[in-house]
Amino acid sequence: MPETSNNNLGTQSVTLFATCMIDQMAPTVGESTVEVLEHLGLQVKFVDQQTCCGQPAFNSGFRSESLPVAQRFLELFEAVDGPIIVPSGSCAAMVRNFYTDLFRDDQSLVERANTLNERLYEFTEFIDRFFGSDAIAGSCDDRVTYHKCCHLLREIGIDEQPLEMLSNIDGLEMTPMNRADVCCGFGGAFSVKMPDISSAILEEKLDNIEATKANRVVAGDIGCIYQIEGGLRRRGSTIRVLHLAEILSESIRNRKTGKATE
Amino acid sequence: MKPLTINFRSKAAQTIGDEQVQNSLEHVYTGFYQGRINAASDTPNWEELRTKGKAIKDHTIAHLDHYLDMFSEKVEQSGGTVFFADNAEEARQYITELAKDRDIETVIKSKSMVSEEMSLAENMNDSGFETIETDLGEYIIQLAGETPYHLIAPAVHKSRKDVAELLDEDFTDGDRVPDATELTMLAREQLRDVFARADMSVTGVNFAVAESGSIVLVTNEGNGRMSTSVPRIHVAVMGMEKIVPSIQDLSTMLRILIRSATGQRISTYVTMVNGPKTPDEEEGPEEFHVVIMNNGRLKLLKDPLLRESLNCIRCGACLNACPVYRKVGGHAYGWVYPGPIGAIVTPVITGLKDATNLPAASSLCGACHEACPVKINIPRMLLELRHKTAEGLSDPDERTSKFVERAIWKTWRIGMMGRGRFDWGARLAYLFMRPFSINGWIKKAPPPISGWTVSRDFPLIAGKSLKYRLKHRHKKEI
Repeated sequence: MPETSNNNLGTQSVTLFATCMIDQMAPTVGESTVEVLEHLGLQVKFVDQQTCCGQPAFNSGFRSESLPVAQRFLELFEAVDGPIIVPSGSCAAMVRNFYTDLFRDDQSLVERANTLNERLYEFTEFIDRFFGSDAIAGSCDDRVTYHKCCHLLREIGIDEQPLEMLSNIDGLEMTPMNRADVCCGFGGAFSVKMPDISSAILEEKLDNIEATKANRVVAGDIGCIYQIEGGLRRRGSTIRVLHLAEILSESIRNRKTGKATE
Repeated sequence: MKPLTINFRSKAAQTIGDEQVQNSLEHVYTGFYQGRINAASDTPNWEELRTKGKAIKDHTIAHLDHYLDMFSEKVEQSGGTVFFADNAEEARQYITELAKDRDIETVIKSKSMVSEEMSLAENMNDSGFETIETDLGEYIIQLAGETPYHLIAPAVHKSRKDVAELLDEDFTDGDRVPDATELTMLAREQLRDVFARADMSVTGVNFAVAESGSIVLVTNEGNGRMSTSVPRIHVAVMGMEKIVPSIQDLSTMLRILIRSATGQRISTYVTMVNGPKTPDEEEGPEEFHVVIMNNGRLKLLKDPLLRESLNCIRCGACLNACPVYRKVGGHAYGWVYPGPIGAIVTPVITGLKDATNLPAASSLCGACHEACPVKINIPRMLLELRHKTAEGLSDPDERTSKFVERAIWKTWRIGMMGRGRFDWGARLAYLFMRPFSINGWIKKAPPPISGWTVSRDFPLIAGKSLKYRLKHRHKKEI
């Protein structure tokens, strides 16, 4: 049963934009997102036809390929009411900040995107805004450090909120990371187009992670999560990387089943 | 300076593999980057100052012709001469002709990135004028026969040992490396004599104040002030974007420039020059020339999507904040301006065709935008340049994307335009990748993902999509 059903949202129903990567590569992150939202008393809708927001092609400069995909996203999500939740700072930033550039030759599209953006939220931002960073009280007994994903931090403006949410989990020990706000080197296609530069940036991040002695890293974007975890695995490290939604849902479950020390 | 942007990738790889340079680049973060963060947090109205700085620059660039006219009129009123150079060649010619005409033997230079666009020191030396850099970093770089590595710290990649060897081959005393003070004293000794005999100086310009016709130099070494006061002829070179309307605007710009560059509240020297010496003054140069250079800046001005890059005040904060610059170093960028701002102005000024890798070499992390004292949205402009190179819609000549790349994105688009294809494509990729995976991760992938697996394991696509899993999930009570 949901613990919280009071919110200042004005609705009990939200829509998930899973993002293409979570949908096909990390569905468990999507499931965790749904579980956390349901725990907050919300009903989560899923638009069956959804694919991608268009960011990969846009970032690579192929705007004419990106445009129809972005327009398709816009049409699909205009058709549903209520808040749209995106468990990715990067995809939320694409819709919120970069659609203006992508759509600039058609002002009616820009206006429609602006209207949609009035009810589109990144996952952490949504919880913090409508439920507060102390809304979820679970438990787990991990030693955790937090990596600040660039777009979530600089495009969406989510900085300390995830740390507050994590500090609310019983038994979880936070250990601060040096240069937590420095990029991990992912950058989408950049990571395969310029692997030597992307890897050099990653190595510094991995050193800073290992120095924390954490057994888990929490971050807010699946691309960065795979970049960091892929690097840690290559090093033979046992440190694992989780999306914020995953650790929140796990800690809720632990609380329910009485697992994890208090 | 001849652009070598085409070598970006090989130069970058070389720097990444150079342990000593990587150690030096670390100081860019611990020194300059941290310095700026501290200075900003010690300044209560910091964000307000940035907003003000941006407004001043936006306004000035929008009325550039007006303020350039006002500035040159004021310079001429105070007895100076203004020369507008359309390109580096014209600027170089003017200065060389001037030196010839005035029987100059020795020229001293203070730090100026615009003079690097002209390769001025090198060219003046080749034309028979002894031309010496007097900024310590630039002097080291000149001795090494290199180009500056950083906007404000040209020799940041050099170790103390490198510097000692460059200043004096016999100076290293066994294994002992002289400290910074000893090295500075040695350079000072070598340069004193040059200062004394120089009859012409070339300096840069940090700001040019339109209402007073003053040029302003921000330095920490005193060489700039000596350059503007000792020789009988002073030539100041500037890009046409260096104008600020008033002294009041200057005070805002100085506050944000210096804090953003070195983290100081004020530099050791801030020098303002108003023309040559007047009849009732005993000292100062007899002649004062200002060379105002275009060299591609009008191209930036005419492009509404890239114009904001002219707001740059060359503080170097975006370089210090940039994770890419801190790995690939300054020389990889292949021309005068390195780092994030260089990745915009260099391709436009020297040609996008050879410089495609510059805007591509970014994770779009936004640290540059966050650091910029005048809030230049660098990532946005990098995306505009990527758009040009990918599709070349406004100028087909700028399209450098390969056929394969275009085919990949076309396929991607087709796959994303329907849920059925999207699931089908993911399924196919899953079946193809699965045999290569161990516990859901792949150690060595074929192109185009082979780049990833050089240093990272690659995650296997999930066998079942989120859509499928949500459809078939038993409502778990949590």
